[in-house]
Amino acid sequence: MISSKKEYLFNAFFLLITGLSAFLIIVLLLGIFVVLFSESLPAIKKFGFVKFITTPTWDPVREIFGGAIPLFGTLVTSFLALIIAVPIALGIAIFISEVAPRSVKEPIGTAIELLAAIPSIIYGMWGLFTLAPLQAKYVEPFLQSTLGKLPYIGKLFSGVPLGIDLLTASLILSIMIIPFTASIARDAFQLVPAVLKESAYGLGATKWEVIKDVMIPYCKLGILGGIGLSLGRALGETMAVAFVLGNLNQFPSSLFSPTTTVTVKLANEFTEAEKDIHLASLFYLALLLFIMSFTILAIAKYLIQRTRNR
Amino acid sequence: MKKILVLFIFTAILFSCKGKEEAPKAPGKTLNGAGATFPYPLYSSWASSYYKETGKKVNYQSIGSGGGIRQITERTVDFGASDMPLKPEELEEKKLLQFPTVIGGVVVAVNIPELGEKTLVLDGNTLCKIFLGDIKTWDDPQLKALNPGLNLPSKPITPVYRSDGSGTTAIFTHYLVDVCPKWAKEIGFGTSVNFRVGIGAKGNEGVANYVKRTPYTIGYLEYAYAIQNKIPVTNLKNSQGKIVSPSVETFKEAAKTSKLDPAKHFYTWMTNAPGENSWPIAGATYILLAKEKVEVNKEVVKFFDWAFSQGDKSALDLHYVPLPEEVKAQIREYWKSQGLY
Repeated sequence: MISSKKEYLFNAFFLLITGLSAFLIIVLLLGIFVVLFSESLPAIKKFGFVKFITTPTWDPVREIFGGAIPLFGTLVTSFLALIIAVPIALGIAIFISEVAPRSVKEPIGTAIELLAAIPSIIYGMWGLFTLAPLQAKYVEPFLQSTLGKLPYIGKLFSGVPLGIDLLTASLILSIMIIPFTASIARDAFQLVPAVLKESAYGLGATKWEVIKDVMIPYCKLGILGGIGLSLGRALGETMAVAFVLGNLNQFPSSLFSPTTTVTVKLANEFTEAEKDIHLASLFYLALLLFIMSFTILAIAKYLIQRTRNR
Repeated sequence: MKKILVLFIFTAILFSCKGKEEAPKAPGKTLNGAGATFPYPLYSSWASSYYKETGKKVNYQSIGSGGGIRQITERTVDFGASDMPLKPEELEEKKLLQFPTVIGGVVVAVNIPELGEKTLVLDGNTLCKIFLGDIKTWDDPQLKALNPGLNLPSKPITPVYRSDGSGTTAIFTHYLVDVCPKWAKEIGFGTSVNFRVGIGAKGNEGVANYVKRTPYTIGYLEYAYAIQNKIPVTNLKNSQGKIVSPSVETFKEAAKTSKLDPAKHFYTWMTNAPGENSWPIAGATYILLAKEKVEVNKEVVKFFDWAFSQGDKSALDLHYVPLPEEVKAQIREYWKSQGLY
């Protein structure tokens, strides 16, 4: 009798602990939001919302702050990274879930997971010491002499090819988000009911047709969600980008020009910002990034949820 | 139950061992300091030798000058450190004391393969125009006029600057403000300023690395990093119109000829110093103390007094420039006048 009462108490206690742990997350999230908001209040009051996101000047000496360039830079690097990463990631996911024999599946799957485990500072240093010189010496001059000659899009490849630019940063980002996109897409593919695929094969469809007409339409939302999650990761990436983006507060005029992103600006200026309005403006940038990432992740989660529920 | 007991005994043993190991040779409180990143290697080297000799611990965290100023203002640390001197008014307002500890020289590194072993000469005006983007190529007539014997190529110049807020940037931009009205009017000086052209690299090592591997770049960095990376540096024409090379001597000359006034808590900029042999881009790094904490300050002063008399060699080994003896004497006077020495 006594022991069963004890067990009951223990059970209640255990449930309480789990509940508290889960609740803690929400408190944390709210706490972060509140701190970001209250710390950025002076900047919000001084610059307003529309003015802050449309002003390109960031001048700590004259205390004029606008987030247009870092916000734009964040979006551009992330979207370029997605354009490079998504086709490759989808290829990997399809190969692993449909094409590869079991003996190849395992090593490739592990390699992708390992890629996700590399700290971003290592990507940054590798980018600065290895990728950037290669880009400056071979890749970018080659692009300039071929694609750069074309009308209209040629402009994208103008400028001095230094290797520290939008293109290199997006390339590194794409390598970093490939594992995320690939593993989420793979999971989505595995949710496709075997019956559907077998029926298609039974009707004489080729592998290409099954993938194109059965699997991708079935997991469309899941894949989109995976892309959204990767985008969230790309938006927040700091160290790798800080090394290779050039950190110039200027709108990029081509793929070979340096620019900056929100997180890079925060990492660069946070420690030495001694004026209050400078610090508040940095917090304001952080707040805007927080809201942006939060929205994108929420949409991504919603899309993934919808595939699962089907 | 047994298991828990064993575990408990085991941890108890573990802690008792640790306690024995960490017991200081002499009783005393650990001094906590925080601030500038530039002097961090030196302060930690001093702190470790000081601990060996006296058994007193000094714990320094390199969180950046801005953070250092903030923490000492809020009195959460025993001393703060900043690469930018605070103005006397600001020190009065925050009730702080301030003195310099060591000098850093900022040098201009270039990568022009055509130069070979020869050294480029620049003056304040041309350096300013390069970083403003007004001088765009290496064969600009203004550069040729300063370097008659050199073969300067017709290549675009890429300036490289510090992307992270830094005392190095503050010293460099302060020099440009001193010598170049256009810079003073349009950009100004500070730990991070609104650079218009070029590439921002993270940290001294980032600038060093980038200048070293990319032809036709020019960047500013701490002297130590230029030496360690064996990057060619330029000579500069100083305020007396004399062409000087960066070295410990020319940095010291700059410190000697700058007006380090104890009455103003040593507030000064050593840029564009008036001495005949002064390197024009030098600056000191500073320690900040909370005025009312006399007992703690005495301990901090003891540490830096020890460093001033014993620490010059480790400073030179790490490519910092020790303060000239005259300046050290002034600082000791300053301590005395505040009742700390």
